[in-house]
Amino acid sequence: MAERVLVKGTEAIGEAAVRAGCRLFFGYPITPQNELPEYMSKRMPEVNGSFLQTESEVATINMVYGAACTGRRVMTSTSSPGFSLMQEGVSYMAGAQLPAVLVNVVRGGPGLGDIQPAQSDYWQATKGGGHGDYKLIVLAPSTLQEAVDLVSLAFDLADKYRNPVLILADGVIGQIMEPVTFPEFKDPNTLPKHDDWALQGAIGREKHVVTSFDIDPVVLEKMNLELVEKFKKIESTEKRWEEYKLDDADVVITAFGTIGRISKSVVTRARQEGIKVGLFRPITLWPFPYKRLEEIVKGKKLVLDVELNMGQMLEDVKLAVKDNAPVAFYKRMGGMVPTPEEILDVLKMELGR
Amino acid sequence: MAMQIIQKKPESLTEKEFTYCPGCTHGIAHRLVAEVLDELGVREKTITVGPVGCSVFAYQFFNTDATVAAHGRAPAVATGIKRARPDLCVFTYQGDGDLAAIGTAEIIHAANRGEKITTIFINNAIYGMTGGQMAPTTLLGMKTTTTPYGRNANNDGYPIHVSEMVKETKGVAFLARVKINTPQDVQKARKAIKKAFLAQLKGLGFGMVEVLSTCPTNWGLDPASALKWLDEHMVPEYPLGVFVDKVGEEQ
Ligand SMILES: Cc1ncc(C[n+]2csc(CCOP(=O)(O)OP(=O)(O)O)c2C)c(N)n1
Ligand code: SF4
Repeated sequence: MAERVLVKGTEAIGEAAVRAGCRLFFGYPITPQNELPEYMSKRMPEVNGSFLQTESEVATINMVYGAACTGRRVMTSTSSPGFSLMQEGVSYMAGAQLPAVLVNVVRGGPGLGDIQPAQSDYWQATKGGGHGDYKLIVLAPSTLQEAVDLVSLAFDLADKYRNPVLILADGVIGQIMEPVTFPEFKDPNTLPKHDDWALQGAIGREKHVVTSFDIDPVVLEKMNLELVEKFKKIESTEKRWEEYKLDDADVVITAFGTIGRISKSVVTRARQEGIKVGLFRPITLWPFPYKRLEEIVKGKKLVLDVELNMGQMLEDVKLAVKDNAPVAFYKRMGGMVPTPEEILDVLKMELGR
Repeated sequence: MAMQIIQKKPESLTEKEFTYCPGCTHGIAHRLVAEVLDELGVREKTITVGPVGCSVFAYQFFNTDATVAAHGRAPAVATGIKRARPDLCVFTYQGDGDLAAIGTAEIIHAANRGEKITTIFINNAIYGMTGGQMAPTTLLGMKTTTTPYGRNANNDGYPIHVSEMVKETKGVAFLARVKINTPQDVQKARKAIKKAFLAQLKGLGFGMVEVLSTCPTNWGLDPASALKWLDEHMVPEYPLGVFVDKVGEEQ
């Protein structure tokens, strides 16, 4: 049996990537995720991989683009301002259908903001942070074990759909220490080689081209529609979420990532006081599990959405809930994180108790 | 009488017809790169990284696996490819807006890391594709669509000398500035391009050739006058020469 080890969040993500067969990492320092590139700088040489500290996040994402062109597993990680700088490259990668795993350890914004945990990059992550029609698959872990599991999944989904996958974490996930069980090592030689499209040298075959570009609108529209079909397929098959004590609940908390985790304590405490609360926690922020949330909220007294931002996922929650239940919202911003008691008080107030 | 082929299209070029304007020397530069890839026998292990600019179609012209980088980022894309597959031969082909303005950071750092890639840098003193705006390489006094009164150092700064900047980085293994407006110059340029590829193939470091090139369309000149204008105006500002050569004598 695989043993459980105590690790820090950023390192857990890095080790999970190594075990998923990732041998290429590019990154530029930014708090609060520095331990991840630091870990990779130590780890990559041990596994015959390549680590490069780049000159900027702009260069980083374009190196990721280049590495992904060869069909090999590649990862980068950054925090909010750095992810903003990467957006042009992310759009190119989505357009050129390149697989890669990107990590954004979100910090307070806008602008330079601060270095504390936040969830204020939800819109950027899920609605298309760069130009053009595209989607990222967005995974939001709420514990370190989940982060480890989602990193493996992220590489598999990226390969399967030829699309960048984003791990949207926050400073809490990055900094906490928890015991985790790592998966077995995947041998990079057993991973998909993408011989049908990757740039590997045109030996005895027609040349391969990887690009998001076509000057002919007739062709570009076809490329766009191909992406649309892919995104539809992802929407129909890849939605993931957690339901916690919802069966007999009158009240549904919706929350993702770290707040999803804190909300579990809210559920426990509320139930100790006789209030039947459950949690609906989206794991894929895109595709968002609209239908399941709609089913769940029917006949409930209240939906309380809690986030570390001005109400970004709230828009998707409202789209899902429609008129089926009243929706309330509680937020902390700027790197402030609410306690379970604080959320419970809000919940009681909303219920008029 | 038996016929003998003495000149044919290099295998490293596709059948795709060039999209360049009449008299544009982008086409000559393409042909030279292709001839060198043929001569070195590396076509099947070469990856072309095209830019954004008039040569955005380079990915269609070179008969190699190819991609198109975001504007200015070709050296970063090439770095990613090379780090993933050090056994491949990777080159970027970039204009002077692409390489010397928006992509200044990427080219300097790729050179400084001694990235084992080759860069063909087309300096035509103008932004061709977007309609003849000022490039960082535009000469003082030169009229462009965004310097209608001529480039004025006080407002627009000075023509940028990329090769002289790259020369200062320690990772460069071959660096030259050439022109391709006469047959003799074309021969010299081919030699330089070959060495810039040998620099990476021998694992010595970064190789770059700056090619002084014409843009008759946006210079407002006919092709023959453009070739002459290049000698009269560009060469004095951008002196030709081999700046770094760690490759040594060709075998
Ligand atoms: C991020 C971004 N900014 C601007 C452009 C518009 N653009 C396309 S080509 C170009 C300049 C090309 O000039 P140069 O690199 O000198 O190449 P040439 O066309 O002269 O060969 C610009 C500014 C773009 N495509 N992307
Ligand atoms: S616009 Fe200038 S650089 Fe572009 S193809 Fe025409 S002549 Fe060449």
